[in-house]
Amino acid sequence: MSGALTQASVQTPWQQARAQLYRRPLALAALLVLMAVIVLALLGPLFSSYDFATPSWNEIYQTPSLHHWLGTDALGRDQLVRVLWGCRISLLVGVAASLVSVIIGVLWGATAGYAGGSADSMMMRFVDILYTVPFIPLVIVMTVLFGRNFLLVFVAIGAVSWLDIARIVRGQTLSLKQREFIEAARALGVRTPTMIIRHLVPNLIGVVIIYATLTVPTVILFEAFLSFLGLGVHAPLASLGSLVSDGADHLQSQPYLLTAPAVLLALIIACFSYLGDGLRDALDPRAHH
Amino acid sequence: MSSAPLLQIGDLSVSYPSRAGTTRALDGVSLDLSPGEFLGIVGESGSGKTQLLLAMLGLNAQGAQLAGSISYRGQELVGAGQRVMAQVRGRRIGMIFQDPMTALNPYLTIGTQVTEGVRQHYGLGRKAAHRRAVELLEAVQIPEPERRLGQHPHELSGGMRQRIVIAMALICEPEILLADEPTTALDVTVQAQILALLRELRTRTRAAIVLVTHDLGVIAEVADRVLVMYAGRVVEQAGVEQLFASARHPYTLGLRRSIAELDGPLPERLPSIGGNPPNPAALPPGCAFAPRCAHAFERCLSMPPPLLSVAPGHARACYFEGAL
Repeated sequence: MSGALTQASVQTPWQQARAQLYRRPLALAALLVLMAVIVLALLGPLFSSYDFATPSWNEIYQTPSLHHWLGTDALGRDQLVRVLWGCRISLLVGVAASLVSVIIGVLWGATAGYAGGSADSMMMRFVDILYTVPFIPLVIVMTVLFGRNFLLVFVAIGAVSWLDIARIVRGQTLSLKQREFIEAARALGVRTPTMIIRHLVPNLIGVVIIYATLTVPTVILFEAFLSFLGLGVHAPLASLGSLVSDGADHLQSQPYLLTAPAVLLALIIACFSYLGDGLRDALDPRAHH
Repeated sequence: MSSAPLLQIGDLSVSYPSRAGTTRALDGVSLDLSPGEFLGIVGESGSGKTQLLLAMLGLNAQGAQLAGSISYRGQELVGAGQRVMAQVRGRRIGMIFQDPMTALNPYLTIGTQVTEGVRQHYGLGRKAAHRRAVELLEAVQIPEPERRLGQHPHELSGGMRQRIVIAMALICEPEILLADEPTTALDVTVQAQILALLRELRTRTRAAIVLVTHDLGVIAEVADRVLVMYAGRVVEQAGVEQLFASARHPYTLGLRRSIAELDGPLPERLPSIGGNPPNPAALPPGCAFAPRCAHAFERCLSMPPPLLSVAPGHARACYFEGAL
């Protein structure tokens, strides 16, 4: 008890978590690799003389060379540039959808948990009802409805995948609500919206960050799955998923078209998962002993 | 005592109904609070002290049933809407919480937490609120207030944090300051400093202070008037000198005898009150203290004694007429 107390009083919860994260080489390596991939995806295409969209009819299906490090595809486009663009799109999709689901989930869960009583039951029964809606057919219908605007589709994915986080956040809020500082803030006359946003949400951020890092790869995978079905990003834009799908069509003749996007997709997903696991351990006070 | 009371509590009861039966946390408590008065409330855990404070702010736990009246300057607070209570909380009635280690949000800076009240109630801007916070931190004797405002709670010591909690409660200049065992979590020297601070604040701000504690020593040091509570009822009410000179309730006497005198002969063993406080979900029909009372007779077991005046400004709830 007193040991935990003195330890807690030396560092902020953030510093403590950071120190814990630095002690986990796997998570730290995943973080560095991810950062490298993001920088590469953002800056790489700027240094290439090739464009991801313009076909080049006399360079079709070239094997990797000094000019085209990863070869060219069926329309003679540089595969490296397309893979980097695919990275951009996949990451954007993953982050956008996760952000939407986290924002909705946190606000919903914190409000339900803080309000308590019948408001809580009604809000959580609504979540239960949404759980029964079949997710994949729903998303497929939405992709058909929203058509070519791919970002909107993934915002929509975010908007239907916030249920888990709403439940987790509500549970956390229920225990936070009993803490004295929440009561102290109430005794100051702090209004409910301020209470939720200023006092509850910062205390929930540990859980939320972990959940967000674990949601990103799920969404990226889901996008890959949709692209594989032809429902994701539309040509000439590419995501890692659609590149894998294209590459799989030429697996026999041009295996190099599949290798790069598949490896990168696996790498990104693995990194997010390791980072999420690392963060969960780092932010879980019970893991420190 | 000449001025009109600031707060009048009349026959206040707080109960928590449940399937297992109703728990009476507070039973028929009445009290008046005048401006600038320092009222002490003593009682052991579960005697309803904290419930009484929470009731004044409308912050009893969910499911609490309140009966009776709490009137703040003629405005009824029992059953008042959230909007009315939001105006009262922090602005009219401030509260100092018991444990400074948990009463501050670990993720927010001291500045954010101290200024929250004025920004909310008076719509003060960031800079004005900051200046006000610096003044207040000086008032509660915190050195380097500017630097402290940028720090997080974990960077401060317990006594320092309790001063912050007091500053938070004071920033809107409430007319009533409720203090729920503000010194229990602190060591003795810091405790004395905090009590001195409270006393000084009372003379400076003319706020009425209600201090709840289980420590008679603390009461003797600061309070003008004392309410002794047992099992949700007021058993004795008196001026602080009266209470220490001539307590008239066996429970109060029991409490007093269980404290060693500084200048008296050292007792072999301090007397204690035998037995345990009653279960609030199953209170006896008579006086709740009767099972532990050496003077109890039949009448005590049938009906709880009313709080009756025994001298000017001194009332007790006991049937026993003999010498205690």
